[in-house]
Amino acid sequence: MTAQPDLLGRRLLFFTGKGGVGKSTVTAATALLAAERGKRVLVVEVDAKGSLPSQFEQGPVGFEPRPVYPGVWAMAMQTEESLKEYLRLNLKVPVLGRLGPLARVLDFIATAAPGVKEILTVGKCCWEVRESIEGRADWDLVVVDAAATGHIIGQLDAPRAIQELVQVGMVRTQTDWLVELLSDPAITALNVVATPEEMPVNETIELVDRARAELNVPLGAVIVNRVLPELFTHADEDVFSALRRPEGEAVLAERIGTGAGTVLEAARLAVSLRRTRAVHLTRLRETVALPTLFVPYFFVRDAGLRITRMMADALAEELGV
Amino acid sequence: MSPTGLEQLLATKEVVVFCGSGGVGKTSVAAAAGVTAATRLGGKVLVLTIDPAKRLASALGLEGFGNVEKQVPAEALKAAGLEPRGEMWAAMLDTKASWDDLVLRHTPDTETAYRILENRLYTNITGRFVQSHDYIAMERLFDIHATGTYDLILVDTPPTRNALDFLEAPARMADFFGGRLLRWLTLPYRMGGKRGTRLLNVASRPFYQMADRILGSQFLQDIAEFFLNFQSMYDGFVERANAVEALLHDRRTTFAVVTTLEGAPLREAEFFCEQLVARKFHLGALVLNKTLPGYLLSPEGARAAEAMGADAGALAGALAELDGSELADVERTTRVLRTIGESFQNFAVVAKREAELRTELARQPDVVATIPNFEIDIYDVAGLARIGEHLFD
Repeated sequence: MTAQPDLLGRRLLFFTGKGGVGKSTVTAATALLAAERGKRVLVVEVDAKGSLPSQFEQGPVGFEPRPVYPGVWAMAMQTEESLKEYLRLNLKVPVLGRLGPLARVLDFIATAAPGVKEILTVGKCCWEVRESIEGRADWDLVVVDAAATGHIIGQLDAPRAIQELVQVGMVRTQTDWLVELLSDPAITALNVVATPEEMPVNETIELVDRARAELNVPLGAVIVNRVLPELFTHADEDVFSALRRPEGEAVLAERIGTGAGTVLEAARLAVSLRRTRAVHLTRLRETVALPTLFVPYFFVRDAGLRITRMMADALAEELGV
Repeated sequence: MSPTGLEQLLATKEVVVFCGSGGVGKTSVAAAAGVTAATRLGGKVLVLTIDPAKRLASALGLEGFGNVEKQVPAEALKAAGLEPRGEMWAAMLDTKASWDDLVLRHTPDTETAYRILENRLYTNITGRFVQSHDYIAMERLFDIHATGTYDLILVDTPPTRNALDFLEAPARMADFFGGRLLRWLTLPYRMGGKRGTRLLNVASRPFYQMADRILGSQFLQDIAEFFLNFQSMYDGFVERANAVEALLHDRRTTFAVVTTLEGAPLREAEFFCEQLVARKFHLGALVLNKTLPGYLLSPEGARAAEAMGADAGALAGALAELDGSELADVERTTRVLRTIGESFQNFAVVAKREAELRTELARQPDVVATIPNFEIDIYDVAGLARIGEHLFD
């Protein structure tokens, strides 16, 4: 196992993962943890599903960052707003008068040409980081709930793809600093969230391979979410087997009722679920060669801030911060 | 729950589209429905899948890529203890190859076709354009359905950012290629007469100057060239997109929404059910996948679990009286009993949450199937058949 990465020491963290693995919760928990360690954090939700602010028990956020927790500001990516901001800052044209038809055309191109929508997204995240580094904004850390595994390469590779497509012009110059910032391991890290199940692990392994081959963005850590507890040590397991034999179960049933058998069956299920998943965990660790952080399965009823906190604590322990 | 489960639906429809958010097990459910339909109902059943787990793909004989449908050997079904009355077929979706097919079919001549196929923008769009998967999945479904080869086609939908994307894909594609903006953008090139040569006096208008400044003229030219060529296939394309849309609305088509009993996927499933009904698609079934066993909710179990923790020492003492060395260590047995009791209570919390979410489900189709959380990964035909039993009964 590799040494734990100094994730909170960077400026820009992207989180990706297969759908349904808890990417938004991990993103929110990382932001919460960094804020509790004294940082000013901007969280960016890229797929505007609104699930990110709900991790802080807050309603939807817009393009303008809004505080959602002490030290944490959240914003939802809106490419059109991002474009307007870009034009205002870079073109220095009277945007309001001209933007009408131009925005429609660019929106159209954004749908047609892969990379435009993505670069407006990645560009905005990078821009916030650069402004902070140069003292014009004061985020210590920008945390991005980024695209899912299937789309993240396209998203982060957009600046380079645009460089290939657009040979000259302003956009070309603009992509140069983006590529540089994204590839700096002191600043940026791409992190992958997975659960110990077959498909999320497969996608993680594939993504890490592809990222190493195709992407010039440094990889940070793999975060394995919903890890079931190991109930028994090897010796305990013999005790468990003995309890499940008819004589053992009879003693228990006599004293605590017929529910004893049900409870033993539930423990057998727990052991079995853990075992099936352990195989995938081992495969993941042996294949990706990246620092791996484990977050336990939380047996609680509610989602929201409580889970975000529990996860932040688990991450703190794993990161040693 | 309907007494027939999904059986009635699969027996009467020709196309069943399985949808739901990522990670809920759409692929396995669709494949399981396929295996069981081929076994019990007979006929030729095709499962059109997008990105199956490798072991599942090899179980279905889908090794390697390509758009070709393959029959799952009858022996594979028999080896799993099934007696198939019909045939099970499976196909994987190759987005790039499907797009290329589409271009070759709709372009007026091979020269135009190859100009499109070689365009940098085209390669980019088909290779990475997210929405293109959605469209091509529906397009391929239409194609296969039109051949009339299969009695039943089960479609596993691509993972989308929004579960509705693929429903809108045909209409969006048609808009996309037929829009006024496209004509506007390519105007200076079209007026130039020769392909790709730009008419300068049009290009000197402020709008085009601005576009040039931002994107560079080479990029604009690439776009223009691509769309000029693509327009030649516009009519065929729109006709086709409309036909695909009609098939999805057809009475012979139904939708099955798959979800787990977790907050986010379930909310998405509910939203999806509502939207399907609102858009006049046929919502056939809801599949609740990976559910925890009902015994976790039993009051006897809860009482026993509590007692196991509270009286662990006394219980361990009584158990030590039994023959056999494993239970002789009272301290160890006490610890194990506490762990077992606690584990039950932990899982009971999750089971209760699932039960609550289930009762909160507002709109439900007539058929609701519940599939337990299998303790092992499902990656063979026998495993699929087990899921299938829960779907059908």
